[in-house]
Amino acid sequence: MISIRNAGFRKSIIGVMAVAAMVTSGACALPAPVAAQNLTGAGATFPYPLYSKWFDMYHKVTGTQINYQSIGSGGGIQQVRAGTVDFGASDAPLNNQRMKEMPRQILHFPTVAGAVVLAYNLPDLKAPLKMTPQIVTGIYMGKIKMWNDKAIAAANPGVALPGSPILPVHRSDGSGTTYIFVSYLAAVSSEWKEMVGVNTSVSWPVGIGGKGNEGVSGLVRQTPGAIGYVELAYAKQNNFSVAHIKNVAGNFIEPSLASTTAAANGAAVALAKDVRTPIVNSPDPQAYPIAGLTFLLVYKEQRDAVKGRALVDFINWSMTDGQEVAEGLDYARLPASVVKVNQANLLSLTAAGKPIASRK
Amino acid sequence: MVGALRGLRARPAIRFDDVYRGLLMGAAAVVFFIVVLIAFESFLGARLSMKTIGWGFLTSTEWDPVFDRYGALPYVVGTLATSFLALFFAVPLGVGSAIFLAELSSQRMGEIVSFVMELLAAIPSIVFGIWGFFILAPFLRTTVEPWIVAHLGFIPLFSGAPFGIGILNAGIILGIMVVPTIVSISREVLLATPKSLREASLALGATQAESIGVALSAAKPGILGAVILALGRALGETMAVTMVIGNTNRLPTSILDPGATMASVIANEFTEATGPIYLSALIQIALVLFAVTIVMNALARLLVYWVTGGRRDTAGAA
Repeated sequence: MISIRNAGFRKSIIGVMAVAAMVTSGACALPAPVAAQNLTGAGATFPYPLYSKWFDMYHKVTGTQINYQSIGSGGGIQQVRAGTVDFGASDAPLNNQRMKEMPRQILHFPTVAGAVVLAYNLPDLKAPLKMTPQIVTGIYMGKIKMWNDKAIAAANPGVALPGSPILPVHRSDGSGTTYIFVSYLAAVSSEWKEMVGVNTSVSWPVGIGGKGNEGVSGLVRQTPGAIGYVELAYAKQNNFSVAHIKNVAGNFIEPSLASTTAAANGAAVALAKDVRTPIVNSPDPQAYPIAGLTFLLVYKEQRDAVKGRALVDFINWSMTDGQEVAEGLDYARLPASVVKVNQANLLSLTAAGKPIASRK
Repeated sequence: MVGALRGLRARPAIRFDDVYRGLLMGAAAVVFFIVVLIAFESFLGARLSMKTIGWGFLTSTEWDPVFDRYGALPYVVGTLATSFLALFFAVPLGVGSAIFLAELSSQRMGEIVSFVMELLAAIPSIVFGIWGFFILAPFLRTTVEPWIVAHLGFIPLFSGAPFGIGILNAGIILGIMVVPTIVSISREVLLATPKSLREASLALGATQAESIGVALSAAKPGILGAVILALGRALGETMAVTMVIGNTNRLPTSILDPGATMASVIANEFTEATGPIYLSALIQIALVLFAVTIVMNALARLLVYWVTGGRRDTAGAA
């Protein structure tokens, strides 16, 4: 390490570094006229595999280093409130009361979509079960107790249903997956909305809890007659039988990345008004109804203009190049309509009261 | 000359003793301070929940983060039920094997077996959890629990659906986890009782079992101390229990019911606890767990005092 005592020389070195960064970032056609920055973020664990890939890719492209701690959405929100990170990440958006508790106004940027699927253990059934919203709610309210219940039989004509009891399995840890699932139950059942409600963990009327997706998967796999909700990626990796769910348009939809992206697309108009709107029960005819978004939480007014610019550049990148790698990691990419919503919202980020990015 | 030498030797010796004493006192003070700090911090963190919920926190069975209603009774019951179930399995097993290893087996065998026992204590709790989840749970579900329901199901404590996951599974896993503590301490305590006690009782015509009884009564406070330590571990064990207890917030009424313990709820919900009251309620659970541990330890001390009649000179007195 050579110590440089001449301050002017040191400045010129920083200048050279900044130019170098501009040149490298210019190569990928991104508007990134800032030198490499260090950003810190914390929060959700669900999108962490994708985020860490993004941060790695983005570091290679621009030199900007993003340190992310996947401590859970609750922890991320705490850190945003304390102002110890440049951005937070959460699977559940902040409600109005939590927004008020924040030191500065927060903007939400959805990054990818995820589907929550109902995996079940009925080894004798070959064809996938079809479920209506009433069946899903009935099972988790404890009203539908047996697999050969009339409601399930009506939705699955010609299927020989076993006369065994249903064991509903839920997540025991607070999680974004639970948030998406109970948002759906609340959207299709007013009884659920009033009695149980929506949160990252709720007071379940029936069933047993497993910790994490792997806990729920394990319980479903080893208990005949069990049904549990897990993220799409887990159901795929475990080769679970998953239920096809009837959507608003009346179609029974198999959960997939494409039908999850369709769910986000169907909700685009509502998202343009308030990006925190749940995308469950999407009106799109091809939409899988139990879907949700995961968010970055960003201060509207950035204290540090250079860092703010770097953050805007990153989010912009994640909406374009970033989306291309999402499906490889089993996350549903955002439809173009929602990417546009994010890009419009990026324009409202300010530093010292002035917009950071402007429409070209 | 002699006087000068004595002076040279004596002064550093006094200083060394002072430093030594100071260091040890410091170590003791730090440990004490850490405990006080934990209690104080938990109290600070729990204040919001104590103010909003009040005593209902200890008596209510409703735990609902959506409507910010928090009652920890199911978790207190779950913690006590699993811990005492663990002692129910571990005490006869642990004390029995300690007696065998200390009194009846050859010294060599005793050493080998207690070495293996101590290995059991070094296994990470998550491994016990996985074993309980993948091996014990299916066995309980298909074999043990259906038998319990068929033969004892008329008693509410043994009724319910056989899930394989629940209070019983957690109790067994905890029992296995605390056995090494009971065995190794009880064995040491038994070995420390004076040989003359046994020789005297044998000389008076006692059978081998009777002479072991004499040794046991001398070792009683130490064995109780081992059980207290085991109980402490069972009360606070988190990961293994979380995996096998079923994690529901309903009050368990049977050993087959799923439930939750105070530690498992904190492990489950802390990371995603978003509201301030929610977070505070979870910290208050930690405070309650702290209090339960203190009460249990105090009761156990009283028990030791009562058993020994206040004597402190018995071998291995706790």
